[in-house]
Amino acid sequence: MNQFSYIRVNQQQAAVDAIRKDKAAMFIAGGTNLTDLMKRGIVSPERLIDINRLPLKEIKAEKNFIRIGALALNSVVAENSLIQKRLPLLVQALNSGASAQIRNMATVGGNMLQRTRCHYFYDTALPCNKRQPGSGCGALEGFNRMHAIFGFSDKCIAVHPSDMSVALMALDATVLVTGPKGERRIPFSDFHRLPGDRPETDTNLQPGELILAVDIPDAPFAQYAHYLKVRERASYAFALVSVAAALHIEKNVIREARLAMGGVAHKPWRLTEAEKYLAGKAVSETNFTEAAKIAMQGAKAFKHNAFKLKLGPNSIVQALKTASKLS
Amino acid sequence: MSRLIFDKVIGDPMNRVDGRMKVTGAAKYSAEYALPGLVHGVIISSTIAKGRIKAIDSKAALSAPGVLAVISHENAIKVPGFADNEHPTEPPTGGQPLRAFYDNKVYSNGQPVAMVVADTLERARYAARLVKIQYNEDKHKTDFDTNKAQSVLPSQAKKNPKSPLADYTRGVKDGYKTAPVKLELEYIQPTEVHNPMELQAITAFWEAEDKLTVYDKVQGTKPTQQAFAKEWKLPVQNVRVISEFVGGAFGNGLHNWPHETAAIIAAKMLDRPIRLMLTREQMFFMVGYRPYTWQKIGIGASPDGKILGITHESIGQTSSYEEFTESTLQQTRMMYTSPNVSTVYRLLPLDVSTPIWMRGPGEATGAFALESAMDEIAFALNIDPVEFRLMNHTDTDPDKKLPWSTKYLKECIQTGAEKIGWKDRALKPGTVRSGEWLIGFGMGVGTFGAHRGAAAVRAKLMANGSILFQSAVTDIGPGTGTAMVQIASEHIGIPPEKITFQLGNSDFPQAPNQGGSAIVATVGSAVVAACTHIKEKLLTMAAASEKRFTGVKMEDVLFDKGELSLAKSPSVKMSYIDILKKQKLTELDIIQDSKPGEEGSKYSKYSFSVHFVKVMVHPVTGRVKVDKVVSCIDAGTIINKKTAANQIIGGVTGGIGMALQEAAVMDHRFGRYVTKDFADYHVPVHADVPKVEVYFTDKPDYIVDPMGTKGLGEIAIIGVAPAIANAVFNATGKRIRELPITPDKLI
Ligand SMILES: Cc1cc2nc3c(=O)[nH]c(=O)nc-3n(C[C@H](O)[C@H](O)[C@H](O)COP(=O)(O)OP(=O)(O)OC[C@H]3O[C@@H](n4cnc5c(N)ncnc54)[C@H](O)[C@@H]3O)c2cc1C
Repeated sequence: MNQFSYIRVNQQQAAVDAIRKDKAAMFIAGGTNLTDLMKRGIVSPERLIDINRLPLKEIKAEKNFIRIGALALNSVVAENSLIQKRLPLLVQALNSGASAQIRNMATVGGNMLQRTRCHYFYDTALPCNKRQPGSGCGALEGFNRMHAIFGFSDKCIAVHPSDMSVALMALDATVLVTGPKGERRIPFSDFHRLPGDRPETDTNLQPGELILAVDIPDAPFAQYAHYLKVRERASYAFALVSVAAALHIEKNVIREARLAMGGVAHKPWRLTEAEKYLAGKAVSETNFTEAAKIAMQGAKAFKHNAFKLKLGPNSIVQALKTASKLS
Repeated sequence: MSRLIFDKVIGDPMNRVDGRMKVTGAAKYSAEYALPGLVHGVIISSTIAKGRIKAIDSKAALSAPGVLAVISHENAIKVPGFADNEHPTEPPTGGQPLRAFYDNKVYSNGQPVAMVVADTLERARYAARLVKIQYNEDKHKTDFDTNKAQSVLPSQAKKNPKSPLADYTRGVKDGYKTAPVKLELEYIQPTEVHNPMELQAITAFWEAEDKLTVYDKVQGTKPTQQAFAKEWKLPVQNVRVISEFVGGAFGNGLHNWPHETAAIIAAKMLDRPIRLMLTREQMFFMVGYRPYTWQKIGIGASPDGKILGITHESIGQTSSYEEFTESTLQQTRMMYTSPNVSTVYRLLPLDVSTPIWMRGPGEATGAFALESAMDEIAFALNIDPVEFRLMNHTDTDPDKKLPWSTKYLKECIQTGAEKIGWKDRALKPGTVRSGEWLIGFGMGVGTFGAHRGAAAVRAKLMANGSILFQSAVTDIGPGTGTAMVQIASEHIGIPPEKITFQLGNSDFPQAPNQGGSAIVATVGSAVVAACTHIKEKLLTMAAASEKRFTGVKMEDVLFDKGELSLAKSPSVKMSYIDILKKQKLTELDIIQDSKPGEEGSKYSKYSFSVHFVKVMVHPVTGRVKVDKVVSCIDAGTIINKKTAANQIIGGVTGGIGMALQEAAVMDHRFGRYVTKDFADYHVPVHADVPKVEVYFTDKPDYIVDPMGTKGLGEIAIIGVAPAIANAVFNATGKRIRELPITPDKLI
C-alpha cells in the first residue's frame, strides 16, 4: 500500500470540491474493495476522501419510485421492510453477495463501482489492460473460466462481479450523481460500459462525480421475481453465472418480463430480446427455453468458459421457472 | 459401535485443556511474540518461473521511512551450512532444499528473492513495493500434461529396489488384462494448496552470537532444532524452537522452508528479533502443497465379483531441486484380495516449488483413484459397491503376508451403510429425485498405517499431588495436550484438573514431528511409561514407611485419586502427597523414554475408515450439495470422543473441498498460479458442510501401543473425495475423474 493522506467530509459539496482539486484522490465508502486494491498495489490514490458521513443513507418511497441513498449499507437495504416488500429481487441479489460482514460495510455506491475479479487484474506481475493500459489482456489466451461471453473486446474479457447491479439493471434503475458540472441522472443500462478500447474505464461516471442515490421505478414485479446465482460453493463466492428474473404475470400470461445476467459481460447484461419475446406469452417451460435461446444469441466462449454457453441458458430457464413459481 | 457413555477418563469428551486460551486470545502463536526491539520482515517473491536475478534496485526502498534493510543474495550473510552443491539439512523430501538468498538463481515463480525489514509491518510492506528486480528469464517447464512423458523413477527407488517407491508386482504383472471384465481409467488430482487459518510465521532472534531462538510454526520442535543447528553449524542445544500453539498445519510444517532461514539471516544481520509472516498469496508459492498427480488404474474382475488384478500407476509433480514422494499406491497393495497387483510410481520434476504432504497425503490422492475405480467396476459388474467391497475383503495383509494387528473394516462398512440409508440407493444412476434435485449415494474406504515412533516424556510429581508432563511435541490442532492429560490421568491415578501437559518447546524431551497420525501412539506410550516409572517409585517409597506395601507387586496395587492402595484391602492406602512428604521430597522428577518393539515385523498395522455420503445434484445448474456424511472409524481406543470426532469432521470438510472445490490453477505461459486467494481458490464454507455423523469402533489395538490406539487424523480425509465422486455418479450417471467436481462438469 502506498502512503496517502486522508480527509473526511461532512457535506456533499465539500466532497466534490475536494476531489476536483486533486486528480490522485479517491472517495472511500465501505472500503471493502478499495483497501484491497490498494494493499495489492492495483490502485494507489494519494488522497482518500471519506464520504461515510454524507447524509446519503436514506431509503425512501417517493411518488412512483424508491430512492436508495448511495451510502446505504448492503445489509441495511436487504433488511429494509419497504425493499423486502416491493423489491424482493434486489434483496435476493444483495444477500447472495459476499459475506454478512462485508455486506455490513459495503455501500450501494461502492458496490456498483467494485472492480472486476479477473485474476490478471489482481496480479501486478501479470499483464492486464484494465490495470495497466497497453500491457495486454492476460485472460484472452490465459485462464478464462470466469470470463465474458458477451460484449468483450480483444483488449479485455473481464466481467463485472456485482450481484446487486444485475438486479438494478433488471429493475430499470436510474443513478443520480453530482459532480463538478452539477447533478445528472444516468439510466442504469448506461452506467457501466463495455471495455472496447478503454477497458481501464468501467463506467460512464465522469471524473470527480459522486453517486448520490439510485432510483427504482415502481413496477408490478414483487410477486414473481428470482435472483439465481450459480457458483461452486453455497455462499461467499462470485457467480459463475447469475440471472435476475422479474415477471409481471396475470392469469398465467406474462405481461412484462425483465431479465439480466451477471458473470457474462463487462457490465450487467440486460436480455432485452428475450424480454420482448416473453411479453404476452404463457408461463411455460417451452417459452422459457425459447427465451433463453434468444438471450444467448451472439454469445461466444473462450478456452475455459464454454460451459457458460450451456450454464447461461440453463440458468435463465431455471430462474424464470422459480420466479414464475412453475417449479 | 460405541455408545456415548462415559464413565472413565479415557474416551471422555473432555473439553480441550487449552480451549479457553484459544478462544480468549491468550494462546500465543508464532507471530505474536512481541520481543523488545522487534522488527518486521516482508518477503519479496519472484515473478518469473525460471532464470536469474539480473539486478535489484533497492534505493527507493532503503530511503523509505522506517526501513532498516533490504536483504537478498547480493548482501545476505553466508549461512555457514550452505556449502556449494550440498545442503546441511536433509529435507524430509530428499534432494536439496532451496537455499534462501544464496545465489541469483530462480527455480520457481513466487520464490523468495529478497526481504525488506522495517520498524513496522506497514512500512516494510510499502517498501517491498519499491524494490525493483530485473531478471534474465529462462524457458520454464511447469505444465504437467505436456511434460508427462519425462517422468522419472525416484532416486530412492533407483538405489534400492526394495523401496516402497520401486515398481511392485504381486502375482502376474498387469494381471488385470486377462480378466473377463476389465477397465482402464485415468484420474487427475490437481494441486491443492496448504491454507491453514494461521499463515506460516516465524519470530527469530539471536540471544548470543551462537545462540538462536525461534518461535516458529512447525510440526516438530526437535526436527526443526536439528535442521537449524546443522544449517548454522551450531551445537544442537544452542538452538531453541518454540511452537506452543499452531493454528493448523496439515503437513505444511513438516519441512523447514526458505522464509524461515530468511528471517534467521535478517535477525543475525540486524542483531534484532524479527517477525515474518507470509501473506495468503505467498502460501501458494513457497510452503508446499498436495502435488498435481495423474493416476491410471487397470482393474479386472470375474463376472461374479472377484477382483483378479489391479495395476495402479501414479505420476506426481515435484520441484526441480527436491524429490518429494508420497505413499499414493500402498493401499492398492493391501486393501483387497487381488491375486495380481502391480504398482508404478513416478515423479515429474517441474519448475515449481516443492510439494509437501497434505493431510491424508498420498493415500488420499491414491484413494480417489482406487475407490473410484472400485465403484466403476462394481457398476460394470452390476454389483452393489458395498457388497463388492465385502466380497473382496481380506482378513490378512496380502502385501506383507502378515495378520492385521486389528481390523474392523467390515463392521465399519456395515454400520455406515445402515446409518446413511444405503438401502434407498438405486443401483441404476440418475433415477432418484427429490423435487428438482437428483439424489445419489456413494462410499469410499480409507486406510493409513498405524505408526508408533520413539519419544521421551518428563514427569514431575509435585508435593501438592499435582503432576507436570513435558514433551517437545507440537499440537497442530487435534488436541494433543488434552489427550495426553487423559492418558496420564488414567495411568497415574490423578484427576485431569491436577495434570499439566506442556509441549511445543525443544527444551523438552524428544518427540518426532506431529504427522502421520502417530503422535497419540508415540507420545502417549511415553506418558504411560513415565506414569509406570513414577508408580514404581511411589510403591517403593510407600513401602519404606508402610510395611504392608513391602514386597507387594505392582499389579496388586491400585493407583487412583492420588492414592495408592492394596487391591485386596483398599483401606491400606497412602496418598502421593504423604509419600513425598515422608521422604522429604518437594518433587519426584523423571524422564522416561519409550519405543515400539518387534510388533511391526509380526503384524500389519493399519487404521481404517469408511465414508458414506448422500449428495444432491441440481441437473440444470450443476450444483452439488453434500447432504449427509456418515464416517465409521476403526482407530482403536478413542482417547477423547469429542476431539476425535472433531478430527473426523475436519477431515471430511477437507475431503469436501478436495472433491468439489480446491484447485490451484497455473497459467503455464507465466508458470504462475492464477487462483491464489480465497476468492479464487475455494475451500468449503459452513453452508457446504452438512451434518457429519461419526462412529468409532472404539476397540483397542494393544499391538500398536499400550493404550490400544491407532492414528485417526489422516483416515478422516482418505476416502472422502471418491465417496463424493461415487455419489455424484450415482445421482447423475456422470463419472468425473478430474477433481474438483465443479458445476461446469455436470451440466
Ligand atoms: C471477499 C469478498 C467477496 C465478495 N463477494 C461479492 C459477491 O459475491 N457479490 C458482489 O456483488 N460483491 C462481492 N464483493 C464486493 C463487495 O460487494 C464490494 O466490495 C462492496 O460492495 C464495495 O462497497 P464499498 O462501500 O466497500 O466500496 P469502497 O471499497 O469504499 O469503494 C469502491 C469504489 O467505489 C468508489 N465509491 C464508493 N462510493 C462512491 C460514491 N458514492 N460515489 C462515487 N464513487 C464511490 C470508491 O472510490 C471506490 O473506487 C465481495 C467483496 C469481498 C472483499
